[in-house]
Amino acid sequence: MASRFDIRRQTGFTTIAMICFFALYLPIITLVVYAFNAGNSIAIWEGVSLRWFYQAWNNSQVVDASIRSLQIASVAATIATIVATMAALATTRTKPYPGLGFKYAFINQPLMVPEIVTAVALLIFFSRIKIWTGYSGLGYLMAAHTAFCIPFAYLPIRARLESMDLSLETAAADLYATPWKAFRRVTFPLLWPGILAGLMLAFVISLDDVVITEFVKSGGQDTLPTYMLGQFRRFITPEINAISTVFLLISILIVTVFFFISRKKDQE
Amino acid sequence: MARELRSESHSDVCLPSHAPCADNRVGTGSALKSGRKNGVIVPEQPGKSAIEVRGVRKVFGTGDAQVAALDTVSVSIRENEFFTLLGPSGCGKTTLLRLIAGFDFPSAGEILLHGQDIAPLPPFKRPVNTVFQNYALFPHMTVAENIGFGLEMLGKPKAEVKGRVAEMLKLVKMEALSNRRTSQISGGQQQRVALARALAPQPKVLLLDEPLSALDFKLRKEMQIELKRLQHETGITFIFVTHDQEEALTMSDRIAVMSSGKILQVGTPWDIYDKPAERFVADFIGETNFLTAAITGMGNGKARATLKSGATIDATVAEGFQPKDNATVVVRPEHAKLTSGKGDLSGTVENIVYFGTDTHIHVRLDSSEAFTVRQQNTRSAGCGFERGDKVGILIGNDAAQVLRD
Amino acid sequence: MESAEEVAKDAARREIRDRWLLSAPALIIIFLAATGPLLIVVIYSFLTPGPYGDVVWKFSTDGWLSVLMQRDIFDDTLTFADAHLSIFWRSAKLSFLTTIFTLLFGFPTAYFIATRPARQRNIWLFLITIPFWTNLLIRTFAIQEVIRNEGIVNTVLIKLGIISQPIQMMFTDFALMVGMTYVYLPLMVLPLYASMEKIDFRLVEAGYDLYANRFQVLRRVIIPLVKPGIVAGSILVFIPALGAYVTPRVLGGSKNMMLGNLIELQFGQGRNWPLGSALSLSLMAIVMVALLLYVRSVGRQGGAHG
Ligand SMILES: Nc1ncnc2c1ncn2[C@@H]1O[C@H](COP(=O)(O)OP(=O)(O)O)[C@@H](O)[C@H]1O
Ligand SMILES: [Mg+2]
Repeated sequence: MASRFDIRRQTGFTTIAMICFFALYLPIITLVVYAFNAGNSIAIWEGVSLRWFYQAWNNSQVVDASIRSLQIASVAATIATIVATMAALATTRTKPYPGLGFKYAFINQPLMVPEIVTAVALLIFFSRIKIWTGYSGLGYLMAAHTAFCIPFAYLPIRARLESMDLSLETAAADLYATPWKAFRRVTFPLLWPGILAGLMLAFVISLDDVVITEFVKSGGQDTLPTYMLGQFRRFITPEINAISTVFLLISILIVTVFFFISRKKDQE
Repeated sequence: MARELRSESHSDVCLPSHAPCADNRVGTGSALKSGRKNGVIVPEQPGKSAIEVRGVRKVFGTGDAQVAALDTVSVSIRENEFFTLLGPSGCGKTTLLRLIAGFDFPSAGEILLHGQDIAPLPPFKRPVNTVFQNYALFPHMTVAENIGFGLEMLGKPKAEVKGRVAEMLKLVKMEALSNRRTSQISGGQQQRVALARALAPQPKVLLLDEPLSALDFKLRKEMQIELKRLQHETGITFIFVTHDQEEALTMSDRIAVMSSGKILQVGTPWDIYDKPAERFVADFIGETNFLTAAITGMGNGKARATLKSGATIDATVAEGFQPKDNATVVVRPEHAKLTSGKGDLSGTVENIVYFGTDTHIHVRLDSSEAFTVRQQNTRSAGCGFERGDKVGILIGNDAAQVLRD
Repeated sequence: MESAEEVAKDAARREIRDRWLLSAPALIIIFLAATGPLLIVVIYSFLTPGPYGDVVWKFSTDGWLSVLMQRDIFDDTLTFADAHLSIFWRSAKLSFLTTIFTLLFGFPTAYFIATRPARQRNIWLFLITIPFWTNLLIRTFAIQEVIRNEGIVNTVLIKLGIISQPIQMMFTDFALMVGMTYVYLPLMVLPLYASMEKIDFRLVEAGYDLYANRFQVLRRVIIPLVKPGIVAGSILVFIPALGAYVTPRVLGGSKNMMLGNLIELQFGQGRNWPLGSALSLSLMAIVMVALLLYVRSVGRQGGAHG
C-alpha cells in the first residue's frame, strides 16, 4: 500500500509546475510589495508607506491617462460587444452558407495579424485621415480599439450560442412567439452570460493595449499603459509600482468575475 | 374539466359517429384486443380531416448528397384522432412533424389544416403545438412560466393565463412543483410540463415526437396511459411519433407505418397487425412467418393459396391487390397450431424457447423454410413437444394474409 | 401562388440576407480599422519616403529592396545588408526558443493542472488565467525588477556570497528570453490544458497494461493525444513573440532589437515609412506561412481521426 502506482503521475512534472507557478507570481508579488516601499527605490526596502499611491493619485498625468483609458475601454468594449453579438447570431447555428467561412476569417483577422503590423497600418491610415478631416480626437483610438476587441468579445458569445439548444427557440416559435419575442424572452436571457463575458474580455483587452495605442495616439492622448511605457525610459520610482498595483487589481477583479461566469456556464 | 378544455371548434365533431372510438380510447389495455372483441373498427369513412398531407416531398442537401427524407407522402388525419407515425429511426417521422409545425418547408406538395393551406403561416401563427423529443423546456423559467409562455405570447390577459396555467398544472398533476426551475425536476416531470405547455394554448393539433423514448420502462407505461387520458379529456387531435411498435399498437386509433420516407400502410392497430399490406409492415410489427405460395384462385374476397407442402389455405389479401401466380403469405405465430399428426405444413422441431406467458417453437419445414409457432402456456404441463419431433402445423381459416409484392 | 419549392428557396434567401445584415456592422468596423489599413500598407511600401516622415507619392521599390539590401550613399550600389537580416534572424531564433521553453515548462504545468481533482483544478487554472489576462507591460516590468542589477536575483546571489558583482542580465538576449518565456507562458499552458483535460485516462491505463513504462506512456500515448494542444500553444506563442514590441523595448534596449522595434524605428527616427511598411508586410508573410502550416496540420489531424 505504501507505494501505490498512480497512473497519472509523471516524474518531475509536479516540481516543474510548482517552479512555474512560483516564477509566474514572484515578479508580480515583488512589484506589488515595492509599491508600498517608503523609500525612493524599487529595490531597497525602507519600510511600509502609501506615499507612492498618494503621489500617483495627485499626478494629473496619471489621472488623465487613467480616465482616458477607461473612456476608450468603455466605448470600445460596448460597441465591440454589441456588434460581436450580432455577428455571433449571424454566424452560428446554421448549416454552412456562402460567405460563412469568409465571415469567420474576417472577424478573427485582428487576431491573426501581429499587433505591430496593425499598429503601423493604422498609423498610416489615420495620419492621412487626420490631414483630410483635421479631426484628431479620441475617436481614432476608440475605432482602433473597437476593431481589435470584436474578436475577443465574439469568442465567448459564439461559444455560448453554440452550446445553446436550438430547439428552445423552435419551441418558442411553436408557442406563438414572433422571432423578436423569441429572441427577447428566450435567446437573450440564455445568451446573457456569454455577452457579459465578452464585454469583460473586450474591456480588459482594450485597457491593456500598448502597441496599437502607442502608434495611433496623437500628442497628449496617453493611456495608462502608454504613459507607463514612457516612464520606463526615465528613472523609475515606486510610483510606477503603485500604478501597476491598482491596475493589476482592476484586471484581476474583472478576470475573477469572468472566470466565475464562465465556470457557471460549464456547470449548467 | 374535459369539456372546458375542448376548444369551441371541436365540440361539434366529438359525437355520435365517434362515440365508439371514444369508448375504445378509454381502455388502457391493448387497443388491439378490445378492438377485436367488440368488433369495433374505427370507421373507414373519413370524418372531417384535421390535417391533410398531400403529395409532400422533402429533400435535404443538394447534388450528390441529396436525401429525400419524405418521398411524396399523402395522409389524412381526422379530428379527435390519436394518430401514430410508426417507423424505424431515420424514416422521416420527425421531418413530417416539422413540416406540419412549420419549422421547415416542404420541397413539394401541400399541407392543409382544417381544409386550409398553411404553407404561408410561420410556426408562430399555426394553431399547432409540439411536444419535443428532448422536451425543450426553457431552463431560465419556472414550470409555471413555461406552461404560461404560449398564452402570454398570444397576448392573453394575465388573469386568464394564470387560470389556465393552474388548470394545466392540475391536469398533469404538477401543482406542487409550479415554482421549480425546469432543471430541478425529474425526467418524467419534465415530460409532463412539456405536455402541459403544449396543451395550454389549446392547439387544434398536438404533435408529439417520440415523447416517451427518454423515459424508463415503468414511467413510459405510466405516461402511455396518461397520454391517452389527456387526449380523451382534451379532445385534441394527437399526432404521435414512435419507433416502438408495441407503443403504437396499444395507444393509437390509427397508425401510419413509414419506411424510407414513404407511408406504407395506414390503418387501425388491428388492420396493421393482422392485415399487413407489405413485407416491411409485417416484419416491423410483431413476429411473422413468411411462406411462398402459388395463388390458385380467388373467391369471396379471399385467395386460395397452395403452399409448397401441397396444402391449400384461404388467405385474406392486401387491400386493392390482385395477386397473380406467386405471392408471399404471412401467418402470425400465435395463429398457427402445432400437432403431432398431419397438418397443412410439416417439419421438425428445431428449438423450443420458453417465455413465461407462452412458448415459441421453432420448426424447420420440410421445404426448408423456418416457421415459428407460439403456444400459450398452461401451469401443469409442458408444451408437449421436444426438439427433433416430427410435427404438423395447422393454419386456421382466418390466419393467413397475402402480401402485396 | 408560389410553389412549395419557391417558398422554401425564398425563405433560405431571406435568411442568408438577414445574416449578412446582422454581421455587417462588425465586418465594417473591422474593415475600416484593421483590414483596410493593411491594404494601404501595401501601397505605402511602394512609395518614396518623405523628408520628415510620411511618403511622397512617387513609385519606388526601394522600400522592399532595403528590407535585405543597402544602397550605398555615394556610388548607389546595392549590397547585402546584414543589419536587417540579423534582426530577422534574432527575432526568429528568440521566438523559436521562447516557444520551446514555454513548451518545456508549460507542458508539465498543464499536465499537473489537468490531473488534479476537479475542484482543485479550477483553482490552479485560475492562477494561470490571472497572468494571462493581466497587462503584458506590467508583467514585463515585473520580470525586469527581478533580473535587474539591483533586482532580487542579483541581491540574493550577492547576499549568499555566490557572486560579488551583480550579473548584467538586462539588455541581453538572455533577458529577452527570460522575459518572453515569462510573459508568454500562460499562452502555452491554456491550450495545452484544454486538450489534456480531454485525455481519457483509460488509454493511459491501457498503455501501462501493455507493458509501457512511464516515459513510454508519456511519449507514445499522452503526447500524441495532446498534439493539437501542443500545435495550438506553439502557434499562440510563436506569432506574438515574432512581432513582439513591448518586451524587447523594455528588456532588450536599443542594441537588442527585434523585428517589432526595427519596424517602429522606420516610423520614428528612421523616417522611412516605405521600408517600415515593407518590413511589416514581411513579418505578416512569415506569420501567414506559420498559420497556414498550422491549419494544414490541424486538417491532417482531423483527417486522421475521421
Ligand atoms: N436538417 C437535415 N439535413 C439533412 N438531412 C436531414 C435533416 N433532417 C433529417 N435529415 C435526414 O432525413 C431523414 C429522415 O430524418 P428524420 O425525419 O429525423 O427521421 P426520424 O425522425 O424518422 O428518425 C434521415 O435520413 C436524416 O438523415
Ligand atoms: Mg426523429
